Amino acid sequence: MTAWTDISGIKQRIAASSAEEVTASYLETIEKSRINGFTTVWDKALEVARGIDKDGNSGLLAGVPIAIKENISTTGLSTTCSSKILQGYVPPYDAHVIEKLKAAGAVILGKTNMDEFAMGTSTESSCYGPTLNPWDTGRVPGGSSGGSAAVVAAGEVPLSLGSDTGGSVRCPAAFCGVVGLKPTYGAVSRYGLISYANSLEQIGPMATTVTDIAILMDVIGGYDHRDSTSINRKNTYSDALKDDVKSLKIGVPEEYLGEGIDEAVEKAVWDAIGKYEDMGASWKKVSMPHTKYALASYYIIAMSEASSNLARFDGTRYGLRVEGDNWHIMASKTRAQGFGEEVKRRILLGTYALSAGYHDKYYLKALKVRTLVKQDFDRALSDVDVLMAPTMPTPAFKIGEKIDDPLSLYLTDVNTVPINLAGVPSISVPCGFADGMPVGLQIIGKPFDENTILRAAYSFEQNTDHHTKRPAEVA
Amino acid sequence: MVYDNPDGVRIGLEVHVQLNKLNTKLFCGCSTEYHDDEPNTHVCPVCLGLPGSLPVINEKAVEFAMKIGLALNCEIVGQTQFHRKNYYYPDLPKGFQTTQYDYPIASRGKVVIEGEDGERVIGVTRAHMEEDPGKLQHIGSIEKSKGTFINYNRSGMTLIEIVSDPDMRSPKEARRYLDKLRSILDYLDVFNGDLEGAMRVDANVSVFGGDRVEVKNISSFKGAERALLYEIMRQKNHIRRGGKIVLETRHFDEARGVTISMRTKEEEHDYRYFPEPDLVPMRVADKVPDILKTLPELPDAKRERFNIQYGIADMHARALTIQIKVANFYEEVAAEVDPKDAAVWVADILKGELNYRDTDVDAFKVSDIIEIISLVKQEKITEQSGVQIIRTILDEGGKPQDIVVSQGLLKVEDDIVAKAVEEAITESPEAVTDYLAGKEKSLNFIVGKVMQKTKGRADAREAREKVLARINK
Amino acid sequence: MITKEKVEHIGWLARIEIDEKEADTYAEKLNSVLDYFGQLDEVDTDGVEPTYHVMDVVNVFRKDEVRKSLPQEEVLANTEHRQEGNFKAPRIM
Repeated sequence: MTAWTDISGIKQRIAASSAEEVTASYLETIEKSRINGFTTVWDKALEVARGIDKDGNSGLLAGVPIAIKENISTTGLSTTCSSKILQGYVPPYDAHVIEKLKAAGAVILGKTNMDEFAMGTSTESSCYGPTLNPWDTGRVPGGSSGGSAAVVAAGEVPLSLGSDTGGSVRCPAAFCGVVGLKPTYGAVSRYGLISYANSLEQIGPMATTVTDIAILMDVIGGYDHRDSTSINRKNTYSDALKDDVKSLKIGVPEEYLGEGIDEAVEKAVWDAIGKYEDMGASWKKVSMPHTKYALASYYIIAMSEASSNLARFDGTRYGLRVEGDNWHIMASKTRAQGFGEEVKRRILLGTYALSAGYHDKYYLKALKVRTLVKQDFDRALSDVDVLMAPTMPTPAFKIGEKIDDPLSLYLTDVNTVPINLAGVPSISVPCGFADGMPVGLQIIGKPFDENTILRAAYSFEQNTDHHTKRPAEVA
Repeated sequence: MVYDNPDGVRIGLEVHVQLNKLNTKLFCGCSTEYHDDEPNTHVCPVCLGLPGSLPVINEKAVEFAMKIGLALNCEIVGQTQFHRKNYYYPDLPKGFQTTQYDYPIASRGKVVIEGEDGERVIGVTRAHMEEDPGKLQHIGSIEKSKGTFINYNRSGMTLIEIVSDPDMRSPKEARRYLDKLRSILDYLDVFNGDLEGAMRVDANVSVFGGDRVEVKNISSFKGAERALLYEIMRQKNHIRRGGKIVLETRHFDEARGVTISMRTKEEEHDYRYFPEPDLVPMRVADKVPDILKTLPELPDAKRERFNIQYGIADMHARALTIQIKVANFYEEVAAEVDPKDAAVWVADILKGELNYRDTDVDAFKVSDIIEIISLVKQEKITEQSGVQIIRTILDEGGKPQDIVVSQGLLKVEDDIVAKAVEEAITESPEAVTDYLAGKEKSLNFIVGKVMQKTKGRADAREAREKVLARINK
Repeated sequence: MITKEKVEHIGWLARIEIDEKEADTYAEKLNSVLDYFGQLDEVDTDGVEPTYHVMDVVNVFRKDEVRKSLPQEEVLANTEHRQEGNFKAPRIM
């Protein structure tokens, strides 16, 4: 049976039956899936579940199934970034978050589909074909962690991990009507996450409830000595789960609303802010004047870093190799045939932005604008506790609608990328519908103040019923 | 005499020093002791550049780099960081090299060498840290190879690249600079210079103020001298034939002793440097005082002290202070015997015998050389016997006292020598006549007889004097 | 404006083979994005420092302690192009 079940529900089911039975029922659901959310189902999932039944595990996620995005390294389980160039690559090591999940007793069901190398907003650029939105299979699930969001929304798994470089967790969470968190830069180790743009991205949890997001953060968050950008700060995320926003001060950045924002989306967000007011919070408009330039700054930085990060895929040690007369020709052919069009465009643009004569005009300029964008956040958040805005300017668009026009796709990230430039945490929670599709409310916090945005999100969830709505096929 | 550098030669050297005395690589915990092991057995996700792996800086490597910078009289920069140098080559598993760019850890230092016309100061432009690439083995020659084997054991080893100013005026000066650099590094105990690839040299050479040519793939100091001699000659000849020297990179073919142009499409570089996002900046300048305290007395200072403290010849002081273990060895010996004797025995005799056998001072005991010097000093054995004992110890082992006995090296008494002289003169009347007639060489014949009769235990110089005194009586 | 020739040069720098026909298409698409990036010229960034890292963290080091390397078999497991413990690649030039 396809259903939405949260961690506590799963634990009850395990207590009543076994981890093996719970895992088996999810695997059955996945087998019947029509949305192409999973790329690989792990053939050891049942074995792991049996091990937990046999040996016990007191971990926070003992026996709880989870799905992992294709760009997070898993020992013995193919990790391809949904790219032809990494076909057949099986990592000999686990990402830090995978080690943590395993220690907590989670059962990894498999890997989920994504835009190739996390470069996209629709999960259409995957070499495995597009993932479909469970709410309307003619629409995209968002991206780049589209698979991770869609499989949770479709009840194929209760939890998943995505990664968020410029909105890749929050966008699909919004489009698929689930909850997704982009943690503060440095809160979750990136060790094992295949880099797209290192200075911007974080691994983030996805689930059907805020409670599950907090529990998952308790498992995957924390310091890792193998990631030099990981920050050593202790936090118990589940402590934040209190229904209380009475003194919460909300800022609504005017640049995140208005022009380019779908009317129904904007209404759902204002309704949500009204609800917060009813619950005792206060709000005011704030201004973040450099928002307009965030998108260009983001893309220049992301593409520049990506052009270097993706240089290692040269056909020499793993993945695809297309033969050539010498090594350089081999590498050029391999990369020409192994990368998809969008990835190649971004590598070329990033190479250009860093190249002699253009470095200052593009790369350095973008980093300076990043400073200004970050200052906008510092200023706004010195006055309020959280910022609220639509996660995405529109509901999920149709498959094929934007894929041929890169710039129109980039523009959909307008409300998510500034958050990555500033490194602050942000969560997307369901807050209504537009055109029959879910709408996400984005709640943005101060650095390392995940607990405030989790408390705000949790309180909203306790006082509304948006999160109880699910796609037709899901009970 | 002032060296006028007739060809206007300017040489700058880039020396890559592998800090193989660290336990682990620059960015990962893989062991540095790979030299005798199978290919690709000292690698992990980080140094193999596997997707998702991240570097973490080895703190000790930074300390070593600072030590080197300070020993080369450099300034240590307040804040430094790593950059990515982006280029494609199969030995680079990430498609970029993690190195330092505009803020090298150390810069603006100097090294003093024995130049063509006396002491010469060579400027050190900068010293920066970077990771070593893997090792390529071309199947056949690099130009006509059928393929390439890649071993990443070396990948991620810590390198310090020491870049000099173009201050050297001849291959000889370049060689002296390299020797001096090696000596300083040896003192710092940061690397074992005997291991393969421990020091690699690229040279920039120009003549008559023309464009510089970079010569790569120089694998030894001797090779550096040869490569430079060839390249200077090539540039001079090229100009003489009306050619123009252009900026280029050439490859030194050690076997043929020539440099070959490497101008290919692959060489069009645009490295697109940018700060490594996976690493954070380093602010280490406040460690300088502590590191200074750990710096040993360096070769120049030690040499000066030896001159003063032991009153030995500068030539000896220099020879004794090239390698720190030789210097330490000498000081132990000098504490027990006359420092001047010690200098002669260690610097001239022992070092010569060690070099001849391609071994070093570790192969000899301080107590043995002290004993040998003392025996000579007490005139119990001859100098020649002392040398013989050193050779025996090195070739066969044993203790000086036992060798003296087993080889019968105790110097013979005076009356025995007097008797032998008497007999030798009596038995060689013709030689005596020849000598008195002016044939100096005849004397050697008589002295030889004396040595024969005393089985070599007589001191040859003494025997000669005695023969002369007897004949001239 | 990025020209077709520039696209080919950048393609070589990035080791992505681009044929002449593709170069035209790329030039067009890249230029539309570069035009958009050009809006940053409007922003006054005089005296503004670039932000390379959002967190002000320095001096992250590890101790010089050996950790286990991967077994050779696992190192080479992801490629067929191997021989005698080495990776095998085409010649360099």
